[in-house]
Amino acid sequence: MSTFLATHKLGIRFGISALVLAVWTMDLGRASAQGFTPGRYGIGTPAEAELIAALDVDVRADGHGLPAGTGNYEAGAVLFSQLCVDCHGENLLGGRERGGALIGGRGTLTSEYPRRTVESYWPYATILFDYIRRAMPYPSPGGLEPSQVYSVIAYVLGKANIIEKSMVIGADNLAAIEMPNRDGFRSDWQPEMFR
Amino acid sequence: MTKKSKPHVPAVTAVPEFSISARHSKALALTADQAPTRRTLLLGAATAAGAAALAASPKKARAIAPPGAVEYPVPADPTLVPGRPPGLNGGYGTRSQFETEVREWSGSGTSSRTPLASSEGTITPSALHFERHHNGIPEINPEEHALLVHGMVKRPLTFSMADLKRLPSTSRVAFIECAGNSAGEYHAARGKELHNMHGLVSSSEWTGVALSTVLREAGLKPGAAWILAEGRDASMLSRSIPVEKALDDAILAYAQNGEALRPEQGYPLRLLLPGWEGVTNVKWLHRLDVSDAPFQTREETSHYTDLNIITGKAKQFTFIMAAKSLILFPHPEAKLEGPGFYEITGLAWSGRGRIKRVEVTTDGGKSWHLAELQDPVLPKAQTRFRFPWVWDGEPAMLQSRATDETGYVQPSIRQLKEVRGDAERGNVNYHNNAIQTWRVNPGGTIENVHFSGHP
Repeated sequence: MSTFLATHKLGIRFGISALVLAVWTMDLGRASAQGFTPGRYGIGTPAEAELIAALDVDVRADGHGLPAGTGNYEAGAVLFSQLCVDCHGENLLGGRERGGALIGGRGTLTSEYPRRTVESYWPYATILFDYIRRAMPYPSPGGLEPSQVYSVIAYVLGKANIIEKSMVIGADNLAAIEMPNRDGFRSDWQPEMFR
Repeated sequence: MTKKSKPHVPAVTAVPEFSISARHSKALALTADQAPTRRTLLLGAATAAGAAALAASPKKARAIAPPGAVEYPVPADPTLVPGRPPGLNGGYGTRSQFETEVREWSGSGTSSRTPLASSEGTITPSALHFERHHNGIPEINPEEHALLVHGMVKRPLTFSMADLKRLPSTSRVAFIECAGNSAGEYHAARGKELHNMHGLVSSSEWTGVALSTVLREAGLKPGAAWILAEGRDASMLSRSIPVEKALDDAILAYAQNGEALRPEQGYPLRLLLPGWEGVTNVKWLHRLDVSDAPFQTREETSHYTDLNIITGKAKQFTFIMAAKSLILFPHPEAKLEGPGFYEITGLAWSGRGRIKRVEVTTDGGKSWHLAELQDPVLPKAQTRFRFPWVWDGEPAMLQSRATDETGYVQPSIRQLKEVRGDAERGNVNYHNNAIQTWRVNPGGTIENVHFSGHP
């Protein structure tokens, strides 16, 4: 078997040599000869902490997974004007390209024209970090450093009047930011029943 | 393209040494205007030329050859010249050059739709399976692809594609429907074409390894309740999946309809969650992070949540695609040529199990009739239904209504709006499974309308 590689766009590349796989397979063969344990096949390669750390980019609503770093409104404004403005617009209300409005829309969710934006709809500020780091900017995703992501968030949330423009945000305070629609969701797997 | 051409009567009369069998007559009746006649093919030189033409390498498909087809010479009478040998298409089959169905893609480049109007049976050809991408289709070498399983597990593991294929495999038929399918039809009957209205649903046989098998290899820790599934596309799309579903019927699928997944469908590996909204069936799957809580990703908060504009609150994790049915013939692009017999046919499906019955009405719900269901009726799969109908030439209102084995009955659009509210714009009307109405006009034209008159 050839070398198995896991590559990741954040720039880290791992290889597990054919030798490791071969030794693993021989181990499995011996185990099988001694008796097969139903329900477990002994297939798969133990994942090293380094590999997991490189791939584990998700951030949960409680802030778990947020990396070190801080950002601020001014730095975010510069980044936004360079990387985000084409799609999201100078006033963050949507731009020439695909991106939607990021701010506005508070109080519209029961109106004739509900507007679902970061400001009016998103329940957690952590979603911004998780999503921007993995998926933005759309034409070149995955290229922002954590401090840059924090800065863009500070800019968007500052523009949305959710935080003070002077606030420095980072791993220790992002999850605590109270989003206006924090209580706007209820989990319900099932469809409505009509009869 | 097939043309209605005049039979080449002179060619028939010019070869008296042959009695004209039924198959020759039929072939001649189908002859294209410009194609060689039976007579020219019988002449020695012409026969050689015809054979040479058939043996020649296929031309690269020209603009007139539809996508997925190769253009070959079309003899006037295919019974009189040897057909082409296998292999001219390189060994991977192509469809007939006379078949033109394609999935129409959106201007934004994020989706394409299954051409439902021409669908047959219950399986969608892989090449016509709808697409929805969040930043394009990645090109992935399967030898460099692996699945990482980590988080609240006893043994964090990576699985190469070869590892996954060593594990016991399983196959099942399942539909996948985008939660946003039919969303544009919620506020008003806007669509003119079936695929634009409802084409974000398709069906395949999927093969892979049960997710429960892989999770047993890693060993879930006590308290494990949710799993983040992450794709390896440019959006690194991610959704939180309940462990309950993962251990129930989730599949790590590497094959579709008997061959490897198509790149658009997540090659080399996708998550298959039978009956659950399309976006949860994460494509290009490369990581599963086990946790005790949902991760609250963008695609389960900002998007794919169901805002009720009456309450201002949104339903979240609305995984299940509820029962839905749709008459595929007739439809707005079809026209009834005149009074007489027509077979009303369509598809029904439910994310909660098997379709139990489909009822059809031709009078807007004054009377409902049981449609015939095509066996086998599989859970969380599309079921073909058929209903024989003699149209009297008068206006008619065609609807179908599905009931699944849990007793869930497909609602009318009015019922949905009573519960969810209705905004002309702004909202994203996910999970629209309302009964579709086709109005048949006296001239035989079909119109897309909203009608909940006789529930």
